[in-house]
Amino acid sequence: MTEPVLTAFVREPGGFTLEASIRHGAYEGLRKALAMEPGRVIEAVKASGLRGRGGAGFPTGMKWGFVPKDSPGPKYVCCNADESEPGTFKDHVLMERNPHLVLEGVAIACYAIGARTGYIYIRGEFLHVAEVLESAIAEARAAGCLGRGILGSAFDCEIHVHRGAGAYEAGEESALLESLEGRRAQPRLRPPFPAVVGLYGCPTVINNVETLANVPLVLAKGPEWFAAIGPEQNTGPKLFCVSGHVARPGVYEASMHTTLRELIYGYAGGIRGGRALKAVIPGGSSTPVLPPGAIDAPASFDGMIKAGSMLGSAAVIVMDDTTCMVWAAENLVHFYRHESCGKCTPCREGSDWMLKILQKIERGEGEMRDLGLLESVARNIAGKTLCPFGDAEVAPVLGTLEHFRHEYEAHVREGRCPFHAGWRRGR
Amino acid sequence: MSFHPKMSYGTGLHQSARERPDPGEPFAFTPERRARLEEIALRYPPDRRRSALLPALHLVQEQQGYVSARAMEHVAEVIGVTPAEVEDVVTYYTMFRSKPAGTYLLQVCRTLSCALNGAERVTDALARKLGIAPGETDATGMFTLVEVECLGACDRGPVVMVNDGWHECVTPEGAERLVDELREKGTAALSGCHLRVEKP
Ligand SMILES: Cc1cc2nc3c(=O)[nH]c(=O)nc-3n(C[C@H](O)[C@H](O)[C@H](O)COP(=O)(O)O)c2cc1C
Ligand code: SF4
Ligand code: FES
Repeated sequence: MTEPVLTAFVREPGGFTLEASIRHGAYEGLRKALAMEPGRVIEAVKASGLRGRGGAGFPTGMKWGFVPKDSPGPKYVCCNADESEPGTFKDHVLMERNPHLVLEGVAIACYAIGARTGYIYIRGEFLHVAEVLESAIAEARAAGCLGRGILGSAFDCEIHVHRGAGAYEAGEESALLESLEGRRAQPRLRPPFPAVVGLYGCPTVINNVETLANVPLVLAKGPEWFAAIGPEQNTGPKLFCVSGHVARPGVYEASMHTTLRELIYGYAGGIRGGRALKAVIPGGSSTPVLPPGAIDAPASFDGMIKAGSMLGSAAVIVMDDTTCMVWAAENLVHFYRHESCGKCTPCREGSDWMLKILQKIERGEGEMRDLGLLESVARNIAGKTLCPFGDAEVAPVLGTLEHFRHEYEAHVREGRCPFHAGWRRGR
Repeated sequence: MSFHPKMSYGTGLHQSARERPDPGEPFAFTPERRARLEEIALRYPPDRRRSALLPALHLVQEQQGYVSARAMEHVAEVIGVTPAEVEDVVTYYTMFRSKPAGTYLLQVCRTLSCALNGAERVTDALARKLGIAPGETDATGMFTLVEVECLGACDRGPVVMVNDGWHECVTPEGAERLVDELREKGTAALSGCHLRVEKP
């Protein structure tokens, strides 16, 4: 087990202040970066193997490298702090308890790609977190860590907090840009990609909070240090959000050697009340559910793909043997129907139909042919939409149909939901 | 989208017969809020004032408790867009309300991690205690109950947001107690976000 670095001081009272952060080494990575050519900073991030923590695991250095070097106009960095994927609450901790690490990461990203402005797009409900960031920015500016001539260099950089107003889809990178421009959070057609035509039509890098929080560590401790943590191609410290039926839900920092079993039974203290595990969603609601037999796989980008799911935002949702998997699918499809931005038909209408069929089965009014219909609706959404939301919303349906088809069939056969969990409505 | 009466298409947020916003009283920002808006607008390039639209609407809601049609007209004028463009944005984002809510807006997270920890029962306990269904305001006008989707604090579920404040690890009994305590001492009754090691 590696020592935590991202969350080492999050429980320390006052640990979020500039004074405490500097005591713990904040802005050392930025100082080192400013002494390097911007291109060398991108090289260092590439060498570290850092992959995006926002969901897709895209190599960060490569993303920065797509930004045209000689474009004359402004460039931007957007820090994606929308954190709306069900089960995910890691960026919340970083921003609230380690805000200077996030700011430092944004500033280094700006320096590397030649931007002078960074926006932190934070979900509107995180008002208290936005306030922490605002005061951290003020502190950093007053100390010369942000603003004009940062740390005595010739580099100017401003970071602003921008609050969303309640929309999951605003976390999708091009929808985030639309929202930041004052419109509905609906995605743009790609190409062109944001690295070339992004915010205000300018080259833009969009990275997740946790991704950017890793960048100062790469600079301060070196890419070799970073690359030595975790399996090959799955490097660096990782935050895992464990929630659901576990004894100690929370954010845990570990390397990606860690297995789902260690996360559930080690870090999170096992299933609550000593019950048996039925299913685990390893990477947030958009990733397919896995059966207990799969939990010895490493919780890494590649390990989860091999196991038949995805690491996504590393949001591990644990369900015990009292959970009805049809109900769980219904719960998540309700989320997607509510959050669909409505721009494309398969997603907008398909989510509504999937919810109706799931509700019908859960009520005990389903017929066997509804299972085929549900699967057919799902397959007509996946891969046929403007943004990856479409693939995300079918994950709960296809995952439960694959591993828990017998539960769907039991609902139809018995004409009712066969589960009686005490934590549910009216049971 | 089909408009045939027998087809139940688009019963989500995209239904064609959407509620009209409440017209409300004549609206203008207080000088202090207007100054704050102008300060925020400086964060964006001068020709990109529209980026200040969400911040402006947050300020409206802070001042008025909801976003009326009159307020939308005022914001349109201040930002330099059409009222239709403002309404387009207001109706998209769930945090903006087109009608006034009760003094305390109880928002229970209903998504999976909270639901696995009993969110359905928390909603039911609140509904029973207040004698209303989710989506309604109680007779005293003090409480509005709604269900919302994941709030990004799933390890402390069920989570209830009350206006902008947080109340975590809520049980059905705790939810009923919360109603009484809100009546007595207002938002001081909330647990707040547990990450705030330091209480303000
Ligand atoms: C529907 C949808 C919602 C998303 N929500 C988030 C989010 O809340 N936070 C986030 O960082 N990325 C989110 N993403 C991923 C972003 O589009 C983008 O890939 C990510 O911010 C890139 O950052 P990274 O390279 O650092 O991972 C979402 C993607 C989709 C399709
Ligand atoms: S897939 Fe869904 S969320 Fe994405 S653009 Fe289409 S309608 Fe919008
Ligand atoms: S599921 Fe309720 S806060 Fe995430």
